[in-house]
Amino acid sequence: MIDKVFSTPQQALADVGDGSTVLISGFGTAGIPSILIDSLIEQGARDLTVVNNNAGNGDSGLAALLKTGRVRKIICSFPRQVDSHVFDSLYRSGKIELELVPQGNLAERIRAGGAGIGAFYTPTAFGTELAKGKESRQIDGRNYILEHPIRGDVALVKALKGDRWGNLLYRMTARNFGPVMATAARCTIAQVDEVVPLGSLDPECIVTPGIFVKRVVAVGNMRGLTA
Amino acid sequence: MKLTRDQLAARVARDIPDGAYVNLGIGLPTLVANHLPADREIVLQSENGILGMGPIAPKGSEDYDLINAGKQPVTMRPGAAFFHHADSFAMMRGGHLDICVLGAFQVSANGDLANWRTGASDAIPAVGGAMDLAIGAKQVFVMMEHETSSGESKLVNSCAYPLTGIGCVVRVYTDLAVIDVTPSGFIAREWVDGLSFEELARRTAAPLQRD
Repeated sequence: MIDKVFSTPQQALADVGDGSTVLISGFGTAGIPSILIDSLIEQGARDLTVVNNNAGNGDSGLAALLKTGRVRKIICSFPRQVDSHVFDSLYRSGKIELELVPQGNLAERIRAGGAGIGAFYTPTAFGTELAKGKESRQIDGRNYILEHPIRGDVALVKALKGDRWGNLLYRMTARNFGPVMATAARCTIAQVDEVVPLGSLDPECIVTPGIFVKRVVAVGNMRGLTA
Repeated sequence: MKLTRDQLAARVARDIPDGAYVNLGIGLPTLVANHLPADREIVLQSENGILGMGPIAPKGSEDYDLINAGKQPVTMRPGAAFFHHADSFAMMRGGHLDICVLGAFQVSANGDLANWRTGASDAIPAVGGAMDLAIGAKQVFVMMEHETSSGESKLVNSCAYPLTGIGCVVRVYTDLAVIDVTPSGFIAREWVDGLSFEELARRTAAPLQRD
């Protein structure tokens, strides 16, 4: 029998190792798996590389993780926001490395990581400073740069509902990077509001099929929260 | 004499045809949504996974799982769809979006766009979806003030700021004029009442032709 349900986030995150690359879903605060992030802080893994669209908002969630000083590097598209003061001060004092990636290239690099693609040519960023040092190529008259996949040791994903096989449904724009990141890590851990009985999710509507998910933790109603 | 921000937004909105799939960049371009003609069906895309985005959510019914690219709570229209990030950027990169409207620091006479950083040494760089939109949409419109607050033209021969995309802008809407980017450079299509073409050309830091 397959049962991917863990009863606590602490158990689900117990074996995250130092030096791990951690993919974290979310766009701003929508889709941020804040309960899993709190457990990762509690668990204490360090020297982490974090992949997220942003670099934390306010003082909770991803910002709280950065504040611990255990994140060596962040790969993101839009670190600077009105409430990104935790990242801003780490960056200005040279305590965190930033790899800035255009948002679509970030999504596609993660997709490629999950789909077994070796590398791909993308037109985005050609001729800009974000293409420096990257191989370029003209194909059918259009210019492209070569981008490489991103894979995680762990992905932390927020979803609305899951079942014991790991099938997931999301909620509105909290979906964002979740389905793509779920495919691209060795161990994908989903925080869901609710674990429902196997067979109760409509197979036509499942967004992430369970094969991509290793662990599921129910955390109660987290709908529409700002963090 | 200059157009107000709302007049400029209304001018851009007039050129968006019925049936268009459109992405409005953050900042000034989001105002265009308030001026879309009611008799046209225009589908707004938001990079974070919505087609058919509606107006900003009214006070009291905000849901922070339903936000726009600027992270403000929004609504959805009947027929709206959600999707993940790789699909969202496939819509841009794959040439499925008809129009995107972006703000800019500078646009050059060959259509280069600079809108993501000024290069100031203490600034933290952030690019978001700007580069993907710039090269992805079938038509890239820029909407901006004609001049900086210190009176320098934002239409230039060559961008001084770091580029977002090369040769990607087709049309610029400013508070003074509507200017097309063509293989022979900037061509002014219309300008505000009370402004002569000669004065407009004088305030544009690249050669300007008229129809």
